[in-house]
Amino acid sequence: MTEVAAGLQVQLQYQRGEFALNVDINVPSRGITALFGPSGAGKTTCLRAIAGLDPDIAGRIAFAGDVWQDSSTRRLVPAHQRRIGYVFQEASLFPHLSVSGNLDYSQRRARGNGPVDHKVWLEQFGVDRLLARKVGSLSGGERQRVAIVRALLSDPALLLLDEPLSALDAPARSELLGCLEQLHADLAVPTIYVSHAIDEVARLADHLVVMEAGRVLSQGSLQSILAHGELPRVMSDQLGVVIEGQVVAQDQVDHLIELAFAGGRLWLPQRAERVGDRLRCRISARDVVLSTSAPATGSSALNVIEAVVAGRMEAAHPSQCIVRLDVHGTALLASITRRSWRSLALAPGSHVWAQVKATALGT
Amino acid sequence: MAGLSAEDWTAFALTMRLAATVTVLLLLLGTPLAWWLARGRTAWRRPVSALVTLPLVLPPTVLGFYLLLLLGPHGAGGRLTTALGLGTLPFTFAGLVVASMLYSLPFVVQPLQNAFEAIGQRPFDVAASLGAGPLDRFFSVALPLAWPGFLTAAVLGFAHTVGEFGVVLMIGGNIPGQTRVLSMRIYDHVEAGEYLQAHALSLYLLAFSFAALLAMHLLRPRRLIAHD
Repeated sequence: MTEVAAGLQVQLQYQRGEFALNVDINVPSRGITALFGPSGAGKTTCLRAIAGLDPDIAGRIAFAGDVWQDSSTRRLVPAHQRRIGYVFQEASLFPHLSVSGNLDYSQRRARGNGPVDHKVWLEQFGVDRLLARKVGSLSGGERQRVAIVRALLSDPALLLLDEPLSALDAPARSELLGCLEQLHADLAVPTIYVSHAIDEVARLADHLVVMEAGRVLSQGSLQSILAHGELPRVMSDQLGVVIEGQVVAQDQVDHLIELAFAGGRLWLPQRAERVGDRLRCRISARDVVLSTSAPATGSSALNVIEAVVAGRMEAAHPSQCIVRLDVHGTALLASITRRSWRSLALAPGSHVWAQVKATALGT
Repeated sequence: MAGLSAEDWTAFALTMRLAATVTVLLLLLGTPLAWWLARGRTAWRRPVSALVTLPLVLPPTVLGFYLLLLLGPHGAGGRLTTALGLGTLPFTFAGLVVASMLYSLPFVVQPLQNAFEAIGQRPFDVAASLGAGPLDRFFSVALPLAWPGFLTAAVLGFAHTVGEFGVVLMIGGNIPGQTRVLSMRIYDHVEAGEYLQAHALSLYLLAFSFAALLAMHLLRPRRLIAHD
């Protein structure tokens, strides 16, 4: 087996009580890779092993040509020599230091060669306004923003984020998700993002590693994994696809934008996008309605997309099935009842119209 | 201070010198020991932990008796110190320091161990991910986060050494300026029927102990000290 020099290769075997971990993960050298799966899948265990925080986990970890761990040769590079940035689930700022003290702690130990342009990040995450504050006086969202900037200031070669949004309330979560989206666009450092929330993954990830019960269910590009519907059964309510496209029109009166993608066009609610922006849009399988004839004009659904049935998968509940659709090369998933599948006499190759409510696309 | 004779003052100064020496030495030796007990990964931790806490339950006379045998001219420790040209330790200030250190060890190690354990794993994981090595983590994370434990350890170690009697009786004797500490001096006064002098010294000791513990509680506003 030839070694891929770039990126991160992780093979882990680990057993503790009932929980067994056995994974082989490849993380590309660019972009955000999401470790996605239900709780108990072993995502955090993998992340801690990659960081070198759990030396008991046996396996082999290589990053950009360096072997960080190889249990067969007893090689183990300690965490502080791995040049990683780690953001924990709950904020983990040093309580004995102020915000700027926390940032200094990181910056003094920065391991890169060039100077880090930290001012940009301080402003981007709104941390510049918090510098004099004590850690105890920060809100949950503020703490997590400081923790992320602190990790960035150490100039990591690999950024590890362990469900950084899970402890936040909805407004703080939404705000930080926006910051992370911006970071994704700016940052060249490969990032691993642990999450069990599909909306976070859909907005941030380029690659997806789907995990369940200590195993890797599937891994590959976000779009292809989602399009194939390869999610753990318990997460089948999160099935859906991510469509990437460009904003081609906006309706100022109705606050809508039109997104052009490879297979067609979609109307969706406008947030802050302008014409010309590239945009990701997640279409949940639950929000897609199928009909075998062109819908009459009396439907409230703004988006009607012609598609061909490509296949059918079983859903978690016995009353349902997941229909895979092909929209001129772009995949779409629809969750419908088995009764509808039968009464519409659907089969691979059937011609259908998929209706998608624009309001369902306002992620 | 009224009511204290020159000999009382000598005993007072000796006691302070002893307690200060013991406290400083114990903080230096107790810190790595407590760190190892709190975060070590070997099975040896439990027996060592039991050994460290032994002086809490042992009558001081028992400890003093065995030390007397060990450090005396026929004991292994005594032969070693003689071979090193130090003479034998019993009935000297140095002997008193060694004995007091053993006797006060749990009062220094336990608050430190508790303080190190209370930090938890997370801050060390964070520091490691930011590039801090083991020694760096100890000085930049463990020490600043455990400082209330150091305060407790210092106060308890000092006050406990000031208050000891049994160990001194066994291994120190009652030599003025060398091993005659306050507690011995009070005993002497009572033996001689000098209740007024005994009262004065006892009151000073009581007031000192209370003031030391009060200062500790005032300086640690967040939670009370815990040692068992």
